[in-house]
Amino acid sequence: MELISLSALDLTLAALLVVALAGLTVWARMGLGRSLLIAGARTVIQLLLIGLVLQTLFDHAQLGWVALMAVTMLAVAGYEVMARQQRRFAGLWGYGIGAVTMFVSAFAVTVLALTTMVGPSPWWEPQYAIPLLGMLLGNTMTGIALGLDRLTQTVWRERRTIEARLALGSGWSEAVATMRREAARSGLMPTINAMAAAGIVSLPGMMTGQILAGAPPVEAVKYQILIMFLITAGTGFGTLGAVWFASRRLFDTRERLRLDRLKPGRHT
Amino acid sequence: MDRLLDVRQLKTAQLGPLDLAVQPGELVQVTGASGAGKSLLLRALADLDPNTGEIMLNGEARDAMLPVQWRRRVAYVPAETAWWGEHVDEHLPAGFSRETALHLLEQVALPEGSLGWEIERLSSGEKQRLGLVRALLNKPRVLLLDEPTANLDLENTKRIERAVRAYLAEEDAAALWVSHDTLQRQRLGGRILTIHEGQLENTAWS
Repeated sequence: MELISLSALDLTLAALLVVALAGLTVWARMGLGRSLLIAGARTVIQLLLIGLVLQTLFDHAQLGWVALMAVTMLAVAGYEVMARQQRRFAGLWGYGIGAVTMFVSAFAVTVLALTTMVGPSPWWEPQYAIPLLGMLLGNTMTGIALGLDRLTQTVWRERRTIEARLALGSGWSEAVATMRREAARSGLMPTINAMAAAGIVSLPGMMTGQILAGAPPVEAVKYQILIMFLITAGTGFGTLGAVWFASRRLFDTRERLRLDRLKPGRHT
Repeated sequence: MDRLLDVRQLKTAQLGPLDLAVQPGELVQVTGASGAGKSLLLRALADLDPNTGEIMLNGEARDAMLPVQWRRRVAYVPAETAWWGEHVDEHLPAGFSRETALHLLEQVALPEGSLGWEIERLSSGEKQRLGLVRALLNKPRVLLLDEPTANLDLENTKRIERAVRAYLAEEDAAALWVSHDTLQRQRLGGRILTIHEGQLENTAWS
């Protein structure tokens, strides 16, 4: 089996489907036409660019370039985590909690997988390192963003309860335990659901891609299992870490609830 | 030393600096226009808001105690008590004495079985009375009462007043009581502190 190369015409035909959908929404006055077309255009431009970047990276496989790419991906993911918070921490913490926990979890899991499980040579071989890191960062980012958002929202809403517990002599950790548990759950649920539904409800994207590219299904499945475990570990450790640090940061050294450390909520 | 609570140069973003001393067994009333800083004073004393200055309880510095220990001894009771579990007994401090609980329940005219009641079915009067019992189970030395009877009828208000008085007498503890109700102020009596724009303005006796 070999990969069938797609021509410009093939892509144009697919694009016409999106244009047709946009036309339909305009006709039905649903106000989605513009967003659809802009998002479609962004897909083309962003993916073509990243294709070129990856091609260049593969052609000049040097550790420095791979590291630069990885750090850029992390920086953007850190920004995404921050941007998705309705009430985020003020100052550097708003960016730092997400970025640092993602660095620790997604980076560590990727490096561990590359050095001990996949084992390309050299271990940072961009063909393996970049897609792996991308999948891990993408999922970890979602988990951490969901977890942090849920934590700050519920703590804000339940501040009277938290202060009542503090006033009755509970420690900060006990006073915020329910909210922390809920936040960790909401960060991890998508990943757990994806594992549970894998192969039955949906064929995961990476596996599908490998099969399309001509890999034997059993090999593709093995990669998919590996990836799902890595994603679960990365997302899980990242979310638990982020939620823990954020919940600690919501209290000061005298265990007072410090909602003034959050920026005011956005009305969206 | 006969000062139970000794506050020097207490300062928060909107309050103070102010000095204050409270004797054992004393009930001190705190009054002032709304927004003057009455709640802020109680919250600062309970160490719920950031503050500077020196607070001593029985000669022991606040900063030398863990926050958890401090808040058990200097207990803040808000106008509306918060409940988070399904039953009353989920909200009680770990390892409380059953005997003390029964005694306190009797003071606020609630039966022993009320500890197993569902939160959903409590009236506001029952919530405030149980809220007081819950705080007193920690055996605080100082009670910070932030309009604890604001939403209650006269009967429930008087039950709470009696229970606080009895507790102060039995334990030789002190209370700071914020109240808007003139009649309640007359009933409570004692020293009255007035706060204006975050400063202690004057002290009167009734």
